[in-house]
Amino acid sequence: MLHNLSIGELADRLGKRQISSAELTQHFLGRIERLNPALNAMITLTAKQALADAAAADARLAAGERGPLLGIPLIHKDIFCTDGVKTSCGSRMLDNFVAPYDATVVARLKAAGTVMLGKSNMDEFAMGSSNETSYYGPVKNPWDTAKVPGGSSGGSAAATAARLTPFATGTDTGGSIRQPAALTGVTGLKPTYGRVSRYGMVAFASSLDQAGMFTRSAADAAAVLQVMAGFDARDSTSVDVAVPDYSKTLSQPLKGMKIGLLREFFEGLEPRNAALLEDALNIYTGLGAETLQVSLPHLPLSVPTYYVVAPAECSSNLSRFDGVRYGYRCENPKDLMDLYKRSRGEGFGAEVKRRIMTGTYVLSAGYFDAYYLKAQKARRLITDDFRAAFDKVDLVIGPTTPTPAFDIGAKMDDPVLMYLNDIYTIGANLAGLPGVSVPCGFVDGLPMGLQLIGPHFAEAKLLNAAHQYQQATDWHTHAPRGYA
Amino acid sequence: MSDWEVVIGLEIHAQLATQSKIFSGSPTAYGAPPNTQADLVDLAYPGVLPVLNARAVQMAVKFGLAVDATVARRSVFARKNYFYPDLPKGYQISQYELPVVARGSLNIMLDDGAVKTVGITRAHLEEDAGKSLHEGLAHASGIDLNRAGTPLLEIVSEPDMRSAKEAVAYMKKIHTLVRYLEICDGNMQEGSFRCDANVSVRPRGQEKFGTRAEIKNLNSFRFVEKAIQYEVARQVELIEGGGKVVQETRLYDSDKDETRSMRSKEEANDYRYFPDPDLLPVEIDAAFIEAVRATLPELPDQKAARFARDFGLSAYDAGVLSASRELGAYFEAVVAGLGAGQAKLAANWVMGDLSGALNRDSVDIEHSRVNPLQLIGLLKRIADDTISGKIAKEVFEAMWSEGKSADDIIEAKGLRQITDAGAIESVIDAIIAANPKQLADYRSGKDKLFGFFVGQVQKATGGKVNPAQLNELLKLKLGGGNA
Repeated sequence: MLHNLSIGELADRLGKRQISSAELTQHFLGRIERLNPALNAMITLTAKQALADAAAADARLAAGERGPLLGIPLIHKDIFCTDGVKTSCGSRMLDNFVAPYDATVVARLKAAGTVMLGKSNMDEFAMGSSNETSYYGPVKNPWDTAKVPGGSSGGSAAATAARLTPFATGTDTGGSIRQPAALTGVTGLKPTYGRVSRYGMVAFASSLDQAGMFTRSAADAAAVLQVMAGFDARDSTSVDVAVPDYSKTLSQPLKGMKIGLLREFFEGLEPRNAALLEDALNIYTGLGAETLQVSLPHLPLSVPTYYVVAPAECSSNLSRFDGVRYGYRCENPKDLMDLYKRSRGEGFGAEVKRRIMTGTYVLSAGYFDAYYLKAQKARRLITDDFRAAFDKVDLVIGPTTPTPAFDIGAKMDDPVLMYLNDIYTIGANLAGLPGVSVPCGFVDGLPMGLQLIGPHFAEAKLLNAAHQYQQATDWHTHAPRGYA
Repeated sequence: MSDWEVVIGLEIHAQLATQSKIFSGSPTAYGAPPNTQADLVDLAYPGVLPVLNARAVQMAVKFGLAVDATVARRSVFARKNYFYPDLPKGYQISQYELPVVARGSLNIMLDDGAVKTVGITRAHLEEDAGKSLHEGLAHASGIDLNRAGTPLLEIVSEPDMRSAKEAVAYMKKIHTLVRYLEICDGNMQEGSFRCDANVSVRPRGQEKFGTRAEIKNLNSFRFVEKAIQYEVARQVELIEGGGKVVQETRLYDSDKDETRSMRSKEEANDYRYFPDPDLLPVEIDAAFIEAVRATLPELPDQKAARFARDFGLSAYDAGVLSASRELGAYFEAVVAGLGAGQAKLAANWVMGDLSGALNRDSVDIEHSRVNPLQLIGLLKRIADDTISGKIAKEVFEAMWSEGKSADDIIEAKGLRQITDAGAIESVIDAIIAANPKQLADYRSGKDKLFGFFVGQVQKATGGKVNPAQLNELLKLKLGGGNA
């Protein structure tokens, strides 16, 4: 079936004109129509435009042009601005917002000939770990629709897992790609901070946000990253570092690679999760890699650090949503203050408000030093820990999440419990490091992920290690029942 | 009234003369229809990001070098958070803890000719906000974001000024400087150059500062002076009446000539400054600083010193003539045409009749109706005795209104000075003959009547007789001698 083919295989068939982009697009649009109602993974479908774009891709193919993503359908997380298409960010605040421009990520993928099927559901303004904070309702996990798919990029993860698309974009501020990838059994890559442009991505926490993707294999991720990565003059924090050929190094043998076991990640790990990781380590050893213990002593500070830094930035980033120029505006405002209060009060959901208030508090006079500055110091310590670890090893390995997908509604009343879901993923964001989650087995019939984290700009090495693992295992090929 | 000392510090906002905004590519030209110079970045659309305009940094560094300040090798943009409709992002990007320029100073000249050094605490880059429009809109306010994102250099002085006059002298000096540096057009009507004044009073001899009030948004030198004078009187009266000055922000109402409370310290915003994560710290290396230094023009104080030294001008004249680059250039062009020996004559004319005409008709010196070459043409005729200084004023006015050369006007109006001794003598003879009584009185010792005869001769000739020559000949004639 077409939807089980890899991006490489699809590109090959498109190139040989065995299938057309139009057929492929129709196929995935049909699956979305049929399967999405049970999942709620999508906010907007762009079927008409998709078919037009597919026809354009077919014309390019007919003219002899070839490309790894030419004619390949995709889904964008609804955090990326898409010219002429609603960009809601999962919020009532932007329910009426049609972006007047394309994000750099969108523009690059568009230029490569991809076909956008639609835009995926997400936690409101990417704030959440379960996709339950969306104004458009929770996304269901295709492995068990009573479970969450993780968040905040839950729609993109669920859609990729359910084979509604060959791949989907996501963003990762504290684990929002890797955690849902783990909970839905797909491959999720968060590149180095600065590797992919943030221009046109609705900002949550600017110093942590990074765009990445959900695919069904590391090899597919390499093909997508190839297009997304690169310096963008419109994003001052994007870094002008050459983009290597990610696909070329996928098959390098791992002999001699040093993989560090993060002691802090393995301590107190649930036994079945630990067993899956044990299996993975054996595979790596079998592939010739050397495993050794490393420690990041300040890693336990990462959750509290993150929940100061991210809300602080978000409280400022979300100030622009004031009901004045675009987005939600309350009915009949009495005066300016009323306009602000009700537009924001009615436009934002509870979790967003909680973070705005937390962030406003930690930046306030009298609290700034105790919270914001202290968090910045902790962030530096965590970054230094990673740097020291990478003096000894090429990559570090650990679990992506503490548990498999949990029940919808289970943690919504307890924000701290919810925040602890990100305990293994946040460190990479604080340090700006690339991380990938790949499926590594099942607990209670639900997928689990292992996480590899590398030094800055070591995506090629990460993808190499992930690909080699996927050559030796088949966890990434499992499809949820009913979606194969 | 006991003896109070006034303490003033100024925060000057100079709009930098960049082509585009500080964080977006929109143009900065003044006066465009509302919201036609605001792009998605200025409108703070979701997802957009700021990109720093390098020209703005160059200009800030230029200013820093001109006031002998430290240019920070690393400065940081911070967000100043507050809600206002003309502030689209809900925060202003500014510099807070690490400004690009710190610890400079500037000399000002006081009325008595003494020189005073005013400390400059810092100068930092920031973006301007937009404007709220209330006129012509029923039951609504409009927002014009053309100005949003225009680069500003905020120049913060030490509380070194001790009178409204000193504050004005300092502000004028900064105004001169930024225009010299070509980093700001200095246009105060358009808001390109404005200031906030921090004003307090304390009993003379007391070291501790009094509580200050900040007067916002003063956009003329006159308003600065009047607002400070009003505020000082208000504070003194308040304290002497047993009251206390409260720390607050006040607005100056130029129509009523008074300051009014805008908001107290308690009502002040907590701006929640923090480093802007969308912008990298600004790293400035020695090469960048040296490249900017190479673009520095001769500065006002340097020019004034040179004028005084090379042309023998008084410190006051040298200061006036170097107050703007254009005025200095005009003056130098005139001196170049006349020769340094006539610099004083050139200075008197540029500062006198020329400046008077420019002020009267509100014309910039660049657009003067009498250009340096034309003025040289006039001053040469004074120097070579073709006309007297007095007649020259008449010629100048004709040049100003008719746009002709001095020679054409002298010729056309027959204003050439009479220097032919025979011609002068015959006029003198006729006058003497017509005034025998005055002659007799003069000869009997009424020396003052000499002026009477001078006046009579000039009246008869339309003032065209060379004054020195006339004096000489008249003395002879009145004394009974022959030339």
